[in-house]
Amino acid sequence: MPNVISPDGSIRQDNWVVVPRPAEGESLDIPADQPALIPADLWLAGYEHFTGRQDVGVWFDSHDEPEILDGRVNELPVIAVNFPKFSDGRGYSIGRLLRERFGYVNELRAIGDVLLDQLQFMKRCGFDAYVLRADKDVSKAQKCLNFFSQGYQAATDTDIPLFRRRAS
Amino acid sequence: MYVYDEHDRQMAAERVAQFRDQTERALAGELAEDEFLPLRLQNGLYVQRLAPMLRICVPYGMMRSDQLRRLARITRDYDKGYAHFTTRQNVQLNWPALEDVPDILAELAEVEMHANQTSGNCIRNTTTDQFSGAQSDEIADPRPYCEVIRQWSTFHPEFAFLPRKFKVAVNASEHTDRAAIQVHDIGLQMVRNDAGELGFRVHVGGGLGRTPMVGPVIRDFLPELDLLTYLEAVLRVYNRYGRRDNKFKARIKILVKALTPEGFAEKVEAEWQHLKDSPSRLTPEAVQRIQAYFTEPDYAAVDNATDLLASQRFENRGFDQWLTHNVDTHKKPGYAIVTLTMKKTGTPPGDVSDKQLEQIADLADEFSFGEVRVTHQQNVVLADVRQDRLLELWQAITPMGFGTANLNTLTDVICCPGGDYCALANAKSIPVAEAIQRQFDDLDYLYDLGNIDLNISGCMNACGHHHVGNIGVLGVDKKGQEFYQISLGGSSHHDASIGKILGPSFARDEMPQVISKIIDVYVDKRTEEETFLDTYRRVGIDPFKERVYA
Repeated sequence: MPNVISPDGSIRQDNWVVVPRPAEGESLDIPADQPALIPADLWLAGYEHFTGRQDVGVWFDSHDEPEILDGRVNELPVIAVNFPKFSDGRGYSIGRLLRERFGYVNELRAIGDVLLDQLQFMKRCGFDAYVLRADKDVSKAQKCLNFFSQGYQAATDTDIPLFRRRAS
Repeated sequence: MYVYDEHDRQMAAERVAQFRDQTERALAGELAEDEFLPLRLQNGLYVQRLAPMLRICVPYGMMRSDQLRRLARITRDYDKGYAHFTTRQNVQLNWPALEDVPDILAELAEVEMHANQTSGNCIRNTTTDQFSGAQSDEIADPRPYCEVIRQWSTFHPEFAFLPRKFKVAVNASEHTDRAAIQVHDIGLQMVRNDAGELGFRVHVGGGLGRTPMVGPVIRDFLPELDLLTYLEAVLRVYNRYGRRDNKFKARIKILVKALTPEGFAEKVEAEWQHLKDSPSRLTPEAVQRIQAYFTEPDYAAVDNATDLLASQRFENRGFDQWLTHNVDTHKKPGYAIVTLTMKKTGTPPGDVSDKQLEQIADLADEFSFGEVRVTHQQNVVLADVRQDRLLELWQAITPMGFGTANLNTLTDVICCPGGDYCALANAKSIPVAEAIQRQFDDLDYLYDLGNIDLNISGCMNACGHHHVGNIGVLGVDKKGQEFYQISLGGSSHHDASIGKILGPSFARDEMPQVISKIIDVYVDKRTEEETFLDTYRRVGIDPFKERVYA
């Protein structure tokens, strides 16, 4: 079971599985006894079947468009965003769009090449659950999430940029 | 000049602590090399040909004397006693030890300096005109807006891993562009609209490197207070849609070209509609608060020293030349803008010793309210010098090597560190600059030739801005041999253009002769009023080709 890190650095386990995109002509292989994250467009394609299920969430890849879920995001218990490589920063924009534009309120999970030094950015961009790459030390997550006590600009964590806080 | 408050100080200290921890983890083997790479780059640290290189940020080129003195001390304590002014108004150290870098950053933070985002695929140092605030023809002082952008872009959580590096420049002068804004990822030209309101004309997608382009205008007028929300929209579109599959096609210029400027502008406008009324919209109070740091220094009420200068010029030809070339008009009567040239033949362009850094600090304190500006031409400006003290200043700087009266002439070369230092370079650039400087050592002849931008880069990355040199030189590698390709007709000013390649490249020892032939064509063909660029634009490249390859 993966270790899931929270924004405060605490660690819990859960058993959500990420179901990979099936190959051409294959069907989705959703486990019967575990909650599962499936590609977002496939969830939409099987909307009749999946809607309302609390054991099915979705995941986006970094080149996917979160716009496809506009209006339906809060029907999902978990949305995950895959960072195929830690240096691919598209996931940060996806996170902010889901939270700030589409008003998503449930769990937003970072998956894939998730490393310690990127957690701070994920946290500010609305991610509230992080599954660290398996070889990384989860015990250092809390420290790495808390190097900074504030930021200059608005993001998901605060919509008040420093220039407005200074004024008050 | 901007001064840190408790928020800035706190974040600067936290950043140093973070990088110290990251360095320890890297040295302990907990971070793979490719994982540490962007972390160190975003703290200014490259690993270079001979040693690490640390690029220290000088926000929009402004520095105080205490900061210069600290830099001098750092070069002595941690390096070999010299530093290099870069073409992005920054400062580089060439020999720091990796394990010392956290300590260097801590020393910098004590004087409100840092190396944040001076490299890596993130938003880099915002640059501007080195005469800002001191010249008479600017729409408004651009530096407060640069500072606003600096704060917004610093540690921006969404834009720390862009497809590629991202550079913003701001220009405020109506008639000149010393910031080369049209060859930046975003170029902001300050303007007033018909109602007299302040704003920006927005260029996006200019740049040098492998695919040089002049940035098209994507918005004619962006109101002042919408600056940050609009930048956020541009960056978000770029972050999401810029290419990540090919490093050489990852700059925003490629995206703008692929979508067309109109198509790109539409995407930005659509994104901006969601952001423009958010709390990230600037407030008049926030702008005024930053502007208050850039108020005028305590100028004395004095008249222009016209008669005094006339008689001093008459008595001293060297002073006369220097005054003509290295001193510019100031907006205040009785003051002048002085450029200290770091282009003495025999010294790599932009290089300064620890002693010279301290001398510059002393000059700033003595003559210019304790502040200097670094220019993207790798010189240093004292922006507020009293006219009646110019002679005294000139006498002081001449023995220091800052008085070479060649500003904007052929020998005021822009030059990257090249193959002598840089791991990316294909060829050396410093010896080429020096050979050309030696070839053209007659100041009177240089003055007769007028303003000529000669820019030299040691590789395609174009740190020496060769594409926008009136004469550009690019180092290339031909089967392991260093060769140099020449382009003509580039400009980084209001009339920005990308130079055209002259033809096959040359060996290094041929270069001074080749440049001489190019100059001879200009001298033959020019009319009385024409600059090199004017003549080139009128006669085209062919006469130059014919002479050089005859």
